[in-house]
Amino acid sequence: MSEKHLSSQFDSDLTAVSTKLMEMGGLIETQIQNAIQALTQFSVPLAEEVIQTEDRVDMMEVAIDHALTSIIARRQPAARDLRLLLSISKITTNLERAGDEANKIAKRVKSIVEGGEARMMPISDLRLASSMAITLIRRALDAFARLDLEAAVSILKEDDLIDQEFKGFTRKLITYMMEDPRTISDSLNLLFLAKAIERIGDHAKNIAEFIIYIVKGTDVRHSSLTHIESVIH
Amino acid sequence: MTQPTLPEPDIAALPIKLSIQDLSFYYGKYRALNHISLDIPANHVTAFIGPSGCGKSTLLRTFNRMFELYPEQRAEGQILLDGEDLLASRQDVALIRARVGMVFQKPTPFPMSIFDNIAFGVTLFEQLSRIDMEERVEWALKKAALWDEVKDKLPQSGASLSGGQQQRLCIARCIAIRPEILLLDEPCSALDPISTGRIEELIAELKKDYTVIIVTHNMQQAARVSDHTAYMYLGDLVEFGDTEQMFFKPRRRETEDYITGRFG
Repeated sequence: MSEKHLSSQFDSDLTAVSTKLMEMGGLIETQIQNAIQALTQFSVPLAEEVIQTEDRVDMMEVAIDHALTSIIARRQPAARDLRLLLSISKITTNLERAGDEANKIAKRVKSIVEGGEARMMPISDLRLASSMAITLIRRALDAFARLDLEAAVSILKEDDLIDQEFKGFTRKLITYMMEDPRTISDSLNLLFLAKAIERIGDHAKNIAEFIIYIVKGTDVRHSSLTHIESVIH
Repeated sequence: MTQPTLPEPDIAALPIKLSIQDLSFYYGKYRALNHISLDIPANHVTAFIGPSGCGKSTLLRTFNRMFELYPEQRAEGQILLDGEDLLASRQDVALIRARVGMVFQKPTPFPMSIFDNIAFGVTLFEQLSRIDMEERVEWALKKAALWDEVKDKLPQSGASLSGGQQQRLCIARCIAIRPEILLLDEPCSALDPISTGRIEELIAELKKDYTVIIVTHNMQQAARVSDHTAYMYLGDLVEFGDTEQMFFKPRRRETEDYITGRFG
């Protein structure tokens, strides 16, 4: 929000809550990165770190919601200020859930390593999707900071790619399992991990939709890309 | 994929009570309203908002020719009440004001009893028997949500009431004449939050029977009570639309800056 309010306190309240959101976003990025790294290296300590940081994420979510409630109660925001605050609340929820997915990955990595099945798993198949997911979350946060519509739309498009990647991967796992039932246990673990990565992409997509909502005032959830592009242009 | 879209409310589809067409207004040589055109729907609450000096009260005062009390003031254009031009009308101004009632910023009870405050205006237009008049007073006070508070002290002076009660008394006085339109010029600006809440509640109630037009400085009040909102600035009508849309997604940048407090 570039133009200033008559009340500079209102401006600084809005800036403060946006900053908090970006901080939370940064933390989530690290959580996802560490979870993926824990997976590729089968590193229990790194997985542990992700699991332990989860509490901090939860506390940030609560703190942001508290700040939002306070601004709404004191300022009765309207129009794009109101849309911004509502969207920050929803983006926070999406970030927290993306963090949950990182946490799930970390826990699964731990149980895989502890079960002694680690080395046999072909996790390289997940690399592409996971790096896409990390990038998407980062870009969603950047797009929020700049309220960049074009960037938001490109995130929506790329999430479709992750979804396709996930579908292809699922088909591959099914083939493995049919060919050799001994791979079922590993395959189910992989499917679980892939699903978590795919969900992270979905959360980035949701964040991108809220950016469009803040700027344009149109709720584009559950809409087709063509419709979204017509809203923007 | 189906597009979930919210219906865009269409003011144009509503029956129009008051149609303002190309209205300009002058204080001497100074033009305070510039070619205003807007249609005010019947049985709805329409709010005028805007910074001081934007012309919202001036606009309101044209609707019952209140400005004619001052010789140097004049209006150009048309104000059609059910299709009849109020400005060109040769109708008695008093009759117009009986159809288009007005309540002011500060409560203005007459220096007489609560009962007579209401009965006085009625006697100017109608010959009612004592019993009919008592019924009318009770009806108006009930409509204005004041009856329960004053029914045991009708002979007392109107000035003995609290500010909020006095304002409701003025609304009752206005309603007693059975107007078609009710103009409220900052009706709550001198009232505490509880009295304000009562008046707002009353406004919502009144629109069933009347077309209500309210001028307010308090944007939250406009957001709470009105169905449609007009934003004015420097004598121009900047935007007129559905209140919900105006406060959530105004069409014009100027409106957005004003309602989000970026105006300066």
